[in-house]
Amino acid sequence: MQPPPVDPACGPESDVVVRSRIRLARNLAGFPFVGRASDAQRHEIMLLVTRASQGEGLAWVNMAQTSPEERQLLVERHLVSRHFADSAVPRTVGIDPGESLSVMVNEEDHLRIQTILPGLRLEEAFTRAHAFDDAVESRVDFAFSSRWGYLTACPTNVGCGLRVGVMLHLPGLRYTGEMERVKRAAKDMHLAVRGFYGEGSEAVGNLYQVSNQVTLGFSEDDLLRRFAQETVPQLVDYERSARRLLLESNRPLLEDKVHRAVATLRAARLLGAEEATKLLANVRLGICMGLLPDLTLDMVQRLMLQVQPAHLARIDPSAADEDKGRLARATMVRKALRG
Amino acid sequence: MKCDHCDKPAVVHEVVIRNNATHEVRLCAEHAAQRGYQVPAAPVTQLLSQFAGQIPVLAASARREPAGPVRCPGCGLAFAEFRQSGVLGCPGCYEAFMPQLGAVIERAQAGAVHHAGRVPPRMEGMADRAAMRSRLLQELDAAVAAEQYERAARLRDQLQGLGGGAS
Ligand SMILES: [Zn+2]
Ligand SMILES: [Zn+2]
Repeated sequence: MQPPPVDPACGPESDVVVRSRIRLARNLAGFPFVGRASDAQRHEIMLLVTRASQGEGLAWVNMAQTSPEERQLLVERHLVSRHFADSAVPRTVGIDPGESLSVMVNEEDHLRIQTILPGLRLEEAFTRAHAFDDAVESRVDFAFSSRWGYLTACPTNVGCGLRVGVMLHLPGLRYTGEMERVKRAAKDMHLAVRGFYGEGSEAVGNLYQVSNQVTLGFSEDDLLRRFAQETVPQLVDYERSARRLLLESNRPLLEDKVHRAVATLRAARLLGAEEATKLLANVRLGICMGLLPDLTLDMVQRLMLQVQPAHLARIDPSAADEDKGRLARATMVRKALRG
Repeated sequence: MKCDHCDKPAVVHEVVIRNNATHEVRLCAEHAAQRGYQVPAAPVTQLLSQFAGQIPVLAASARREPAGPVRCPGCGLAFAEFRQSGVLGCPGCYEAFMPQLGAVIERAQAGAVHHAGRVPPRMEGMADRAAMRSRLLQELDAAVAAEQYERAARLRDQLQGLGGGAS
């Protein structure tokens, strides 16, 4: 198979790895966890964290002063969690200008430090999150015990408080019927595998979020190294060989999925967000397989974000209405993919 | 299924690894209690249905964590509330609920029982490491005494990770 397309905007291994994500959970010593804190304490936590983050270049967004549309926009950008957007407690999020680092204050833990970078760049993402963590820790005390490590509201995060994750595009494994086997193997390796979009068990667009489940008993370096240098490369290789197999043994199926997706997107007059995501994911596959030389990965990635409801409404305010949104979405996609 | 040590019916059934060979442990309520297992006060009917082919379920429930305090003195959270929500109330909950929580964490964390990652700058130093080591050694003794060999093996691994033998 030809080498994966080099699109610097999309990062290393971007034919399979859409993005890398690091998350650190931290809590201030001397306070209850968020769920059991009073509003006065939650405000105090916000004050202490924002103060301790001074000089780190973050812009702070007080969630109490945001509209539902703005909150949705933050969710679609992956800068805050759905839980955080919908929560009712006093909370704030700090975002760096490049939007690679965000810090949720008063999510389930006092701090959720998160870095997201395109492609497979876990080490870099970790370094960035860790630098922020260090800077804050030089000014405040985090809750810590020598036995359990960093103490978190949920014991599934205790220890390093470190969640290492990647969003993977696995159409090859899905179309060759290997996905269930991968999920079983992942479970044995204590990895969590979820569909990235959508609520049900189906992974819309064959996009999966894979992350470590164990946060205790390993050093940060061990967790990171195992995940970034063993787990993910294995999954990437596996997906690539599945794609190669498809190309060799079932090329018509592959071409049908890809060209049908492009044709639908170029012809549709009404388009829902989920349908658009599914089709764009198959276009993504086509580009990575060298079947669509006139389209770029970067453009499709951007479209996948722009078809989400809040982003679409930013581009076309009429799209705030769901029916008009379907029209606006189809129009935008058609224009972008005009061949 | 009878107890390994007497003729009473076994309520604990566990597979342990000893000298690289698997070995089954069956214990009646009394002998289980002596070895630190807390036997659930489940209704007889429930026990019977579990005997009918669902041994692992029974073993899991029989291996329940020992009793501990009902509420955290720091934040007032009841352990039952944590059972429901999965979320603790304050950092002090970890210490307060240690007897019950230890087993919960061990299960959630694939058998890990001790932090091995970075330590805040304010807590770095040999004193902390030494405390960690002596605590692990205590746990190891307890695990061996209770014939919990898998657990003991994990503790030995962690001790080795700390940079010293487990002897
Ligand atoms: Zn007995
Ligand atoms: Zn508490």
